[in-house]
Amino acid sequence: MKIMVTIKRVIDYAVKIRVKPDKTGVVTQNVKMSMNPFCEIALEEALRIRESGLASEVIAVSMGPSQSIDTLRTGLAMGADRGIHVEANHSLYPLSVAKILKKLVEIEKPGLLILGKQAIDDDCNQTGQMIAGLLNWPQGTFASKVVLDKEKQVATVDREVDDGIETLSLNLPAVITTDLRLNQPRYATLPNIMKAKSKPIKKFTPEELNVEIKSDLEIVEVTEPPKRKSGVIVSSVDELIDKLKNEANVI
Amino acid sequence: MGGVVQRSPRFSELNDDDVRYFQEILGKKNVIQDDDKLSAANIDWMHKYKGASKLILQPCNTDQVSQILKYCNSRCLAVVPQGGNTGLVGGSVPVFDEVIVSLSSMNNIISFDKVSGILVCEAGCILENIMSFLDNEGFIMPLDLGAKGSCQIGGNVSTNAGGLRLVRYGSLHGSVLGVEAVLANGTVLDMLKTLRKDNTGYGLKHLFIGSEGSLGIVTKVSILTPPKLSSVNVAFLACKDYSCCQKLLQEAKRKLGEILSAFEFLDSQSMNLVTNHLEGARNPFPTSLHNFYVLIETTGSDESSDKQKLEAFLLGSMENELVSDGVLAQDISQASTFWRLREGISEALMKAGAVYKYDLSIPVENLYNLVEEMRSRLGDAANVIGYGHLGDSNLHLNVSVPRYDNKILSQIEPFVYEWTSKHRGSISAEHGVGLMKANEIFYSQSRETVRIVVYY
Repeated sequence: MKIMVTIKRVIDYAVKIRVKPDKTGVVTQNVKMSMNPFCEIALEEALRIRESGLASEVIAVSMGPSQSIDTLRTGLAMGADRGIHVEANHSLYPLSVAKILKKLVEIEKPGLLILGKQAIDDDCNQTGQMIAGLLNWPQGTFASKVVLDKEKQVATVDREVDDGIETLSLNLPAVITTDLRLNQPRYATLPNIMKAKSKPIKKFTPEELNVEIKSDLEIVEVTEPPKRKSGVIVSSVDELIDKLKNEANVI
Repeated sequence: MGGVVQRSPRFSELNDDDVRYFQEILGKKNVIQDDDKLSAANIDWMHKYKGASKLILQPCNTDQVSQILKYCNSRCLAVVPQGGNTGLVGGSVPVFDEVIVSLSSMNNIISFDKVSGILVCEAGCILENIMSFLDNEGFIMPLDLGAKGSCQIGGNVSTNAGGLRLVRYGSLHGSVLGVEAVLANGTVLDMLKTLRKDNTGYGLKHLFIGSEGSLGIVTKVSILTPPKLSSVNVAFLACKDYSCCQKLLQEAKRKLGEILSAFEFLDSQSMNLVTNHLEGARNPFPTSLHNFYVLIETTGSDESSDKQKLEAFLLGSMENELVSDGVLAQDISQASTFWRLREGISEALMKAGAVYKYDLSIPVENLYNLVEEMRSRLGDAANVIGYGHLGDSNLHLNVSVPRYDNKILSQIEPFVYEWTSKHRGSISAEHGVGLMKANEIFYSQSRETVRIVVYY
């Protein structure tokens, strides 16, 4: 069985985000870009499944400008067997990504698709659900534990929901999206970085896959969250209650 | 821990009139006699040195510092300047009942020139606050150290702090362009130049860099800050022996030259300590044992070419068997996890029990021999660990013990100082002299040089 994993190149989690002066988006020039942390977790899970003998190959997919290849190389250095780069120089929205992914699934025929639950740049949290819909595959989102039964062709997925842990049983092929506590991703070791250099990366364009890129969304404005005001020290409980009532309007 | 020091009868004792005078010039709230605040200021963060001061003064400007010192001088009151109190040699706390002059309230940034990168600020600015100020301007501090969240720039300058970026940006003697200092008699010396070149006579400011308050109190600093470069890469490597670490350093200087910004090492004992005592710290090579670990950081202006250069260097070093294994951080969080393994050692040592710390400069080729000799000397009685800034030939030798024990101490000292002296090293590379090494200064300085600066 093949596992397909999507990995997205985003502004590094630890970078302080700056909004462009014209409010059309955030500054990405001269900013450190890295693999989306949830995608890292998705890839780690796929690698663990392969290492336990339940899958034969892990294919990493990334969509975006040519620099996405760097992110794919990171994925290959972590241990993915090969990469697919879909070159797109415009913004891609979840539905377009899901449509492209559907085409790739038709070509590669993986038995399992693992995605991060969301990307930390747009926080959409839609692609996994959409691709499951398009493929008509069962989905286990926000996975905190994944157990595969090869014989029965079933994946058991624990999900962290408000009431506790929900356990789902999915027939394969299936879509899984990963939550933060699923695993701790490995580091890229030097021997694996070296090996990654010779691993193949296949390139497609959306046109080659017959997917028309369009969006029903328009970004109106991007602004910074309001700055936190400095605190005040109150002199008495009465003053605190008065402020909570009349200034903060919370009680 | 230094010899037994006696309080000199030359110094007066604080009385109510003194307190009233200070209240007049500083205002009541800046004259602190509160027990909690005093007990915190009287003890160093390792809880090794404890004074009995009854008064903390918090001046808000240079003029007030001058008035305080002038008065104390006339009254013969002993004074200890205090910044963030993060020192490791007992130099930041009173020995007896000295008046503590805290610079904490002098924490303003005075000016910053975006073209030249020259920052002028007051001595009480916390290093990390300056760093975040500079970060917004696109610059960094030329020094970075573990204590950045508490230590103050005045203390950094007064102790000539070293830290993690020295291999790249050099010592504070290079980046500090000027200081303003107040002498014991209250005279304000304005040496607050903002010039890189100034050959008008003696470089007097250099005397204040590393003088630990013995010549005066640094009140303002002018410092040259390098621009923040966008591409930072961090690799964490395993080496089979110390000789590989050394050769790796030589190679790194040649092949990474202009982008090398840190070269740190730790031994396996340090690694065990960190992974056992710090939550979340994990060895990047869980399956195999290595004797040494090296952290290499590069800082440059071009992400892809820097990474290519570093990768080529690392792969070459693996082929030459200088490196047995290695990981390369793929994002900033991984980079911080690697740094945590190195920077967290101090914290892990504190959690492990009592610790004797030695900060030594020793020529690289002999540096680790001392750790091994100390280990065989102490046997099972202590956990001897070695780590430090290999790029600057700076060893942090730490002896971790369940509790302070004079029997063990007598095994360590004076042996450690004699050994260092014999190998023409320095018994204080970047921590200073303080109370801890006041009597040991002769291991690293000749009698004549000490005499000429009238060390008493």
